[in-house]
Amino acid sequence: MTDMSNPIPARAGKSKSTVIDAARLKKRYRAEARFRWYGIAAIGFACAFLVLLLSDILLKGLPAFEANTVTLDVALDDSKIDAGAISKGNYNSIVNSAIRAQFPGVTSRSDRRALPKLLSFDAADKVRREVIANPSLIGTTRSFDLKLSDEADLFLQGMSTDEFDIPVTGSLSIEASGDGFRLTSSGNDFAGVLARVKQRLETRRDRLSLDASKLERVRDRLAAEIPVAEAAVAEAGSEATNTHPAKRRVAKLQADTSSVAAALARLKAQTDELSASIDNHSSAETLTPVLPSYFVRLPEKGVVKIAEIGSDYIIGQAYMPVAATGAVAAGSWSLVEYSQPEADRRINDKEIIWLTSLRDAGMVESRFNWPFFQRGDSREAEVAGVLGGMVGSALTLLVTLLLSLPIGVAAAIYLEEFAPRNRLTQLIEVNINNLAAVPSIVFGLLGLAVFLNFFGLPRSSAMVGGMVLALMTLPTIIIASRAALRAVPPSIREGALGVGASHQQAVFHHVLPLAMPGILTGTIIGMAQALGETAPLLMIGMVAFIVDVPGGFSDAATVLPVQIFLWSDLPEAAFQAKTAGAIMVLLGFLFLMNALAVFLRKQFERRW
Amino acid sequence: MDAAVMEADTRHKTIMTPAEPLIMQQGTPKIVTEDVTVHYGDKQAIFPLDISIPDRAVSAFIGPSGCGKSTFLRCINRMNDTIPICRVGGRITIDGSDIYDPDLDVVQLRARVGMVFQKPNPFPKSIMENVAYGPRIHGLARSRTDLEEIVVNSLKRAGLFEEVKDRLDAPGTSLSGGQQQRLCIARAIAVNPEVILMDEPCSALDPIATARIEELISELRENYCIVIVTHSMQQAARVSQLTAFFHLGTLVEVGDTEAIFTNPQERRTQDYIMGRFG
Repeated sequence: MTDMSNPIPARAGKSKSTVIDAARLKKRYRAEARFRWYGIAAIGFACAFLVLLLSDILLKGLPAFEANTVTLDVALDDSKIDAGAISKGNYNSIVNSAIRAQFPGVTSRSDRRALPKLLSFDAADKVRREVIANPSLIGTTRSFDLKLSDEADLFLQGMSTDEFDIPVTGSLSIEASGDGFRLTSSGNDFAGVLARVKQRLETRRDRLSLDASKLERVRDRLAAEIPVAEAAVAEAGSEATNTHPAKRRVAKLQADTSSVAAALARLKAQTDELSASIDNHSSAETLTPVLPSYFVRLPEKGVVKIAEIGSDYIIGQAYMPVAATGAVAAGSWSLVEYSQPEADRRINDKEIIWLTSLRDAGMVESRFNWPFFQRGDSREAEVAGVLGGMVGSALTLLVTLLLSLPIGVAAAIYLEEFAPRNRLTQLIEVNINNLAAVPSIVFGLLGLAVFLNFFGLPRSSAMVGGMVLALMTLPTIIIASRAALRAVPPSIREGALGVGASHQQAVFHHVLPLAMPGILTGTIIGMAQALGETAPLLMIGMVAFIVDVPGGFSDAATVLPVQIFLWSDLPEAAFQAKTAGAIMVLLGFLFLMNALAVFLRKQFERRW
Repeated sequence: MDAAVMEADTRHKTIMTPAEPLIMQQGTPKIVTEDVTVHYGDKQAIFPLDISIPDRAVSAFIGPSGCGKSTFLRCINRMNDTIPICRVGGRITIDGSDIYDPDLDVVQLRARVGMVFQKPNPFPKSIMENVAYGPRIHGLARSRTDLEEIVVNSLKRAGLFEEVKDRLDAPGTSLSGGQQQRLCIARAIAVNPEVILMDEPCSALDPIATARIEELISELRENYCIVIVTHSMQQAARVSQLTAFFHLGTLVEVGDTEAIFTNPQERRTQDYIMGRFG
């Protein structure tokens, strides 16, 4: 440590310690900085997951809050409505005529039957309600905003398929060809589309090759097993009849081998065919439902679906009437691609074309889906709503609160302040702590056995659900309340006793008000937990399909988490959006409850 | 005398200095104890103790830390009942009646025997509420105006009214330390007690606040029996008329304050007063 050129300082010990101190200081700073970064990393991690979760739910759920309607002029034909029996009028026919009137060019029987399917199944109901309310409408023509079906809704929100406008430059020339049309363009507009199609074919071929190679592996494995099986047969010798296991095995292996070979041959044929198409860049392609759909939009609302595409021509059918053959100026026609193949989506090409024509005419309106909050559950995706779940949850939670809060707080006060300290109370305390950790489904079983089977209370009702959840929440509230009571400084209690308050007065007038913030926090935590519980409620039967909104505590009800659970199982894409939408509603509830907790804490907080 | 015998003797016998303190000759004693013992579980904290405490006077308990003076003080208003492992033996009487009589309501006792604690502990309520709480629960006021009158009088007697008269709704915890202690004293006298116990009331306060409280104690002496535990001998000398010296759970010596401080009979008392220990 000493430097020979400098005299040794008088207090060598001190300077030595400053060097060590500097090193130690640096080490400490580094450790602190590291710790800070760990903390930031942890928070960042948690936030990232939160953002991920919320954005996923948001993206999936927002379509549920949007509903599309089409504005139609509906002729309230008095031949279909009998003034004496208004509610029994043939409103379906009225509504169907209204939508068919928008498509005079649609003539085939099957198409005319398919058109009304664009509307929601209860569109007719809306008209009926209006006419019942206002019978003077009979015989007039009035404009109605009619709800579209769930598949139409999803398409308009972009959830069924992507819609691409392909830029075109040239002018088009149309000529009739067979029962369709042949179109050519002065610009090189179709080559790009052809290339895209070929690309899709290539993807398909690659996938088929993958399947083929998997099958080849299977075939090789079978081939390896055959000699082994045949050896087993040889071993069995003369006692081997045709039903001997070894022989049966050989037979099975041979059958498998031949079927694999056949499948491989088919795959090879398909891949060869595809390769031929792909390799020839300019050969024409026939568009099948496993490929994306392409349309040409013409003036006067004409639409042609492309059935065959070459590098410089298109052959297709008219999906909307073509006004005239001949030349179409550049800029007044366009190409559209719907990327999801028709075979992979629920809405077919005709329906898409009809919808887009309504949309382009400005008759489609998108608005906030209030009925989502006003209707109960339904098997039809477009009318299913969360009101049943919300009311059920609210009623159940009310019962839970009314039962668990007074009992829990009273129990906590008694155990903490008044109960003698002996083996029994210790046992009770241990058991309460254990109950807090019991899986919630066990409470459901308890509810089933005691409340439903023994007491015979109404199944699936908010009352029983609330009682089960109250049992589940009690330990949480008791433990939180006890902790809050214990946290009140003994000086307050002694001050009260010193003035001549009885124990009871000291607890209720002084200790309890100071413990309120902690008790409230524990209660809201317990309530929030109860709001999200599904398992115990499933046990008491709240898994049924409840359509009506519960009117009281003993009506059959469902709760939001169970509703979410039921909807998530259903196949329609619209229900997937509604599941996420209901999750958003549930999260909204929870945020509100937590905000209430924070507010109440601030209100009751007193400094001591 | 044999030192060991003397030791054994003095451990269980109180020496009165002089034979009968002058203060005691002025009237009947308020509080009389006979053979009082206190055990915390197995540990004995107070050995058999006999003392008579006079009315309308200040009695001071002095002694080193842990000698049992606070424990004994808390016996007088039965605050030790709140400690489960604490057992009190012997007899304590106030005005002749045993306070540990099972027929006696301890809540009523605590209304007659008020207490002021070491660290000021006003309720986290308004100043008015702090003082009004006691009278309200004991039914001392017939109407709201009565209650307000009691509160104002108590605050005046505690010497706090002038400072807080325009903010009676402010929280009690918003006052300074000295003011809080005076509030606690006001709270104690609002229920009209006969005895006021003070457990080191000034130990958490600055000298000026201490002086004010001592002044207050001297004023209150005319109407109440005050027992004060203090670790400051100077305070005991200033404020009290009777002084009792405790050591290791034993009451070593009790007598007129002047006599104890000028002419203590016991060796231990002498040592303590001279500052040789404690």
